[in-house]
Amino acid sequence: MPEDTRTILICSGKGGVGKTTLTANLGIALANSGVTTAVLDADFGLRNLDLLLGLENRIIYTAQDVLDKNCRLDQALVRHKKEPNLALLPAGDPRMLDWMKPEDMKQISKLLSEKFDIVLVDCPAGVEDGFKNALSACKEAIVVTNPELSAVRDADRVIGILNTSDIKPIQLVINRVRPNMMANQEMLSIEDVQSILSLPLLGIVLEDEQVIISTNRGEPLTLSNTKSPAKKCYLNVSQRLTGKDIPIIDPKNEGKSLKDKFMRLMQTKIF
Amino acid sequence: MTLRDLINKLLGRQTSSANTARERLQLVLAHDRVDMSTLTTDLLDKMRKEILDVVAKYVEIDFEEVAVSLETEDRMTALVANLPIKRTLTGEIEFKKNYDTPKKK
Repeated sequence: MPEDTRTILICSGKGGVGKTTLTANLGIALANSGVTTAVLDADFGLRNLDLLLGLENRIIYTAQDVLDKNCRLDQALVRHKKEPNLALLPAGDPRMLDWMKPEDMKQISKLLSEKFDIVLVDCPAGVEDGFKNALSACKEAIVVTNPELSAVRDADRVIGILNTSDIKPIQLVINRVRPNMMANQEMLSIEDVQSILSLPLLGIVLEDEQVIISTNRGEPLTLSNTKSPAKKCYLNVSQRLTGKDIPIIDPKNEGKSLKDKFMRLMQTKIF
Repeated sequence: MTLRDLINKLLGRQTSSANTARERLQLVLAHDRVDMSTLTTDLLDKMRKEILDVVAKYVEIDFEEVAVSLETEDRMTALVANLPIKRTLTGEIEFKKNYDTPKKK
């Protein structure tokens, strides 16, 4: 049923904060929990979602071809072999001549909503046309940011634009959190970022080398059996997104050693 | 202030960088957010004059002490006007009183 489909924009403003990685992992996690999920790569200039999902060799058509009636939607959708509930649709080809318009994106998201429960739209970086196209196709948004000045500033610009559209809810994911640096107060805290952007927190994702390793393999963490901090975080985000009341991981409780406990003591507010 | 900040201060060391980051971010965002709302200083001046005209119809204001400014907190920009009243037009108030009249933009 189209009305029930949740079309969620995954955006950040700044590039490289982890939009695509979140989209891939969230897509797999949602599909794995039984929700039919489509991931739409709206970043057709520099598309990467296919790489993270290990589907780069299986793309034949794009959404543009569907709109031009060169193929059916079924033919353009790339089903994930290990997770049949998940399908990828690249919006366009990097060599594409005509850029898409907001109406095109709306059309695609309408087609997808006839087949899927959740559509995740991986938005290009920036706040220009690519972002506005992707935005016009969505009902909800997840803003991804890092606990860094430039990422938070750009996220703020994006939230400003989202607030003037009728997108809601807008939720926040803080990515690449380093508990040790936060404990040493050498990194903006979760509370800092959240209070500055004043968005409901959907989750945090801990910095984790496994993310790079899984990207190398083209196999999202949520698909693998490895035990990793980031994987746990992605699964949490996925469950919270589907309405389950899972507490957000507190980076302060991540270290269990005596040194970590001492660091926590040093963070206590005295006045 | 946290325990760490206190120790840093006592030892004369730099404060932790997260604090610096927070302060810089708040400053730059205040700028960004006002820019986006296109409230220029010209407009603010015009608005200040009109607000004063209206208020001055009813009470006598201490024009020297008037302050009208934009303050941003929690993604919301507020217009904060501080208009000290000298007396009402009937002359009943002799003492100075501060009135904050925050208005949502």
